Amino acid sequence: MGLESALGNGFLTTKMDTLVNWARSNAAWPMPMGLACCAIEMMAFAGPRYDAARFGSEVMRFSPRQADVMIVAGWCTYKMSHAIRRIWDQMPDPKWCIAMGACASTGGMHRCYGVVQGVDNFLPVDAYISGCPPRPDAVLHALMKIQDKIKTEHSVMLDS
Amino acid sequence: MSLNLSETLQKTVDSLSKNFSESLIEVYQSSGDTFIRIEADSLLKVTKYLKEELHYVYLSDIFGIDRYTSEERFEVVYNLLSLKSQTRVFIKVRCEEENPELDSVVPVWKSAGWNEREVFDMFGVHFRNHPDLRRIFLPEDFEYYPLRKEFPLLGIPGSIELPSTTPESE
Repeated sequence: MGLESALGNGFLTTKMDTLVNWARSNAAWPMPMGLACCAIEMMAFAGPRYDAARFGSEVMRFSPRQADVMIVAGWCTYKMSHAIRRIWDQMPDPKWCIAMGACASTGGMHRCYGVVQGVDNFLPVDAYISGCPPRPDAVLHALMKIQDKIKTEHSVMLDS
Repeated sequence: MSLNLSETLQKTVDSLSKNFSESLIEVYQSSGDTFIRIEADSLLKVTKYLKEELHYVYLSDIFGIDRYTSEERFEVVYNLLSLKSQTRVFIKVRCEEENPELDSVVPVWKSAGWNEREVFDMFGVHFRNHPDLRRIFLPEDFEYYPLRKEFPLLGIPGSIELPSTTPESE
């Protein structure tokens, strides 16, 4: 800590990676992909009682170009999967994905020909949440897991 | 089996057996509802009579049944409601496994169009003279009928396309 004392108050030294990862992990704005009843719990997760803004997920962004984390909340049909993948492709890198609830993770109780048995069939999912539907605390937990993941990312130089 | 019919339902059954005695197969009750099974070739005549003479103006629903391994495998049920007397009656017809085909009731109830498309989509029963018999839920090029008993629970792998996991630009 020699350098700070030489530069005086108002300065600190850190690695670029640490700084960028700190900034990214505390500004993960969700893209709500609310497909079914899980979306109601997702609203509670964003609302004042559970308050995702405490973790830097300040606002739900309904535009994929302004979002970092896609929360797939609910069961996904084959027909819907094309729209979801299209929105996912429009999100700028780096991006993360949460499969919220039993249906998005595995198909859940919708064990039939029309429902995709887990959105990881066409999306790179980072965090799975169990529950039907999961409590908002569980969504916060998944968000914190994603924050941990962002903080341990490899060098930002690899992104380019 | 003795039937316990209300006055209006008794009138319905009586006038059907009077006018269409040769096409009436059976009348029975189950769970408080009345079912009338008729010959498939007289479907249009009977439904037209039910609507125009007995005021069953409202077609609530049409659905299919797969009686797998039975003779005359497919059954189509018409759920009719009379708004005048508040009575409900179910009309049933059966058709063969090979080339299942029935007359469309669109000339009687125009609303039957989408219901019949659903039965066609799920069971593969064709409706003669239907104005627009296409699949209603599944993709046009889907080759199977998912509510038939032999169709596997999770479908045929690869029969419905998933999106590409590589973005188009790359």
